Amino acid sequence: MTTIYVPGDSGALSLGADEVCAAIGREAAARGLEVQCVRTGSRGAYWLEPLVEVACAGKRIAYGPVSPADVPGLFDAHWLEGGAHRLQLGEAGRLVWFANQQRLTFERVGLTDPHCVADYVAHGGYQGLRRALSMAPAAVVEQVLRSGLRGRGGAAFPTGIKWKTVLEQAAGQKYVTCNADEGDSGTFSDRMLMEGDPLSLIEGMTIAGTAVGATQGYIYLRAEYPHAWRTLTRAIAAAYAADYLGADVMGSGRRFDLEVRLGAGAYVCGEETSMLESLEGRRGEVRVRPPLPAIKGLFGRPTIVNNVITLATVPLILREGAEFYAGFGMGKSRGTLPLQLAGNIKRGGLVERAFGLTLRELLYDYGGGSASGRPIRAVQIGGPLGAYVPAAQFDTPVDYEALAAGGAMLGHGGIVAFDDTVDMVRMARYAMEFCAIESCGKCTPCRIGSTRGMELLDHIIQGRDPRGNLERLEDLCELMLQGSLCGLGGMTPFPVRSAVQHFREDFIGRAQH
Amino acid sequence: MQTPAVDQSQEVSRILAQFKDRPGPLLEVLHAVQAAIGFIPPHSIGLIAEGLNLSRADVHGVVTFYHHFRSAPPGRHVLQVCRAESCQAVGGEALAEHARTRLGVDFHESTPDGRLSLEPVYCLGNCACSPAVMLDGRPYGRMTPARLDGLLAALNAPADTEA
Ligand SMILES: Cc1cc2nc3c(=O)[nH]c(=O)nc-3n(C[C@H](O)[C@H](O)[C@H](O)COP(=O)(O)O)c2cc1C
Ligand code: SF4
Ligand code: FES
Repeated sequence: MTTIYVPGDSGALSLGADEVCAAIGREAAARGLEVQCVRTGSRGAYWLEPLVEVACAGKRIAYGPVSPADVPGLFDAHWLEGGAHRLQLGEAGRLVWFANQQRLTFERVGLTDPHCVADYVAHGGYQGLRRALSMAPAAVVEQVLRSGLRGRGGAAFPTGIKWKTVLEQAAGQKYVTCNADEGDSGTFSDRMLMEGDPLSLIEGMTIAGTAVGATQGYIYLRAEYPHAWRTLTRAIAAAYAADYLGADVMGSGRRFDLEVRLGAGAYVCGEETSMLESLEGRRGEVRVRPPLPAIKGLFGRPTIVNNVITLATVPLILREGAEFYAGFGMGKSRGTLPLQLAGNIKRGGLVERAFGLTLRELLYDYGGGSASGRPIRAVQIGGPLGAYVPAAQFDTPVDYEALAAGGAMLGHGGIVAFDDTVDMVRMARYAMEFCAIESCGKCTPCRIGSTRGMELLDHIIQGRDPRGNLERLEDLCELMLQGSLCGLGGMTPFPVRSAVQHFREDFIGRAQH
Repeated sequence: MQTPAVDQSQEVSRILAQFKDRPGPLLEVLHAVQAAIGFIPPHSIGLIAEGLNLSRADVHGVVTFYHHFRSAPPGRHVLQVCRAESCQAVGGEALAEHARTRLGVDFHESTPDGRLSLEPVYCLGNCACSPAVMLDGRPYGRMTPARLDGLLAALNAPADTEA
């Protein structure tokens, strides 16, 4: 019996992984060969997907990208014995693209069966929780604090401080919530993790719950991720069945329950207070702060809100120790960040590296330049509210503070590349349009200003009074920045202003029509 | 074929009984109703409000706030085309335009024969394989106008007429 690993990740499925799996089954049966296909997550090299690995003499030999039509040829080439074939890549982990990564949070993604607790445990899973259960709650929080882990959802707030606040609230009902709304374009690390290693998120939330005294957890998952929903629900059921969730977590006598709640297609519900409103079954209108969710959160109770990647990194920190994790990174950005390369890029996918590598390394060494072969003119970092960064700044290191110094932000680590055919006025207009579509409506500068911004940019597109309209646009940006309750209205000016600042030639001197 | 209103009400009552005692159940109820019926029938708003001890305005407000909830039946198939930045960077807008012309409808509309609804989506999390679309919940990456035509033509196949 030969084991073949075929990704079941929705990105791989979007490129035909299910059809490849079916073809392998058919072809093996026709040849009387015994194979079993294990569905894994994706390793994140999407330009090689569907990337199929064959277990052979203690190694995993990779082939990719495989289409169903390639399958008979692969059998003809004796791939079950590691036979040579034009699609053969050798051991995946040895490909330069992977060998130079530092996979901590993603250590198992693409390698293991996401639904299988035994597989998870065999690859280092649940050691972190075991350790946490043997420690005093405050000591667990101290580990998270000392690791230097900052929230990966965008705001980069120190996770340990948030947890400490929740721990310090009087005993009673507390909650752990996971923000799995991942609405930013160019980001997919949350999805990959939930589809590829959901148990690490489940373990991370369980550690959080037992550390701060919360017995109930909720994962707020965006409705656009039906596949992640299926993987998460199956993994949660498996964790319950093995007593890693429920009334007696790992025989500790401590309770932790967990369920998934679906969002309903509203970007603003990724903002943490809007997410809490939505979890309570209401319109996702942003709450005024204070009080902080850590003090008065879900149903008015002390609540941890953390991103998927933040929580899924905690088991490793507890397992290996705070110093191990803090040993990666630069300055105040400790540890690693799963970066996501998207847009017009030749080798798009997930690159997990310690903070400190440059945008250029990412875009060219990993990304291989643009997919179109034209020069990369701009990248947008950190989703629709993130700034556009011009090629002149590609030597900036990936670090929260270094990017902020250049007027950009790292956000959730998504990087979208654009080649030199991009029209930056249209991108600025889109930023305003997106804000108009997604505004929760609470603040006037966001609700009305975004539509006004679209109109101004339409004038500029038509070449009408570009200088005057740019001035009005700048005033509007300032108003949105100052007068918005949350980042949707308050940060939409970032992509707009950066487009104007770095790509002024696109705004001025357009033909009038 | 559309379910008669009485059956819809029975379905909604069944869902209410299942969810009403859970904390903050409204979104869950709406998801369940839409999964069972395909949309949130306007006549069920009162029933839901009553069942959950909310006002009709509360329920209506939630249904309209979220892009995901529909107040009218969708087409038999739903095509979601990603319109966000990463997909735009590799021809997503041309693909969106192609979908519109080819289907003869705009976003948020269904073809007159009720066969397909065209919906915009702002990121499917498949940005490394942009442009991305989802057809009836199945993801497709690196989409081109020609491949999209192929997918839509497959929906026309005779086996589909009953779907
Ligand atoms: C408009 C808006 C959208 C956001 N979307 C998300 C999101 O999709 N996922 C996320 O984790 N954080 C998102 N955030 C950040 C959250 O408000 C919050 O900072 C985060 O969930 C906290 O978790 P962390 O500390 O682990 O990052 C968003 C913020 C704003 C203003
Ligand atoms: S800035 Fe926009 S999205 Fe945020 S609270 Fe105000 S109106 Fe709502
Ligand atoms: S931007 Fe289209 S899938 Fe993310």
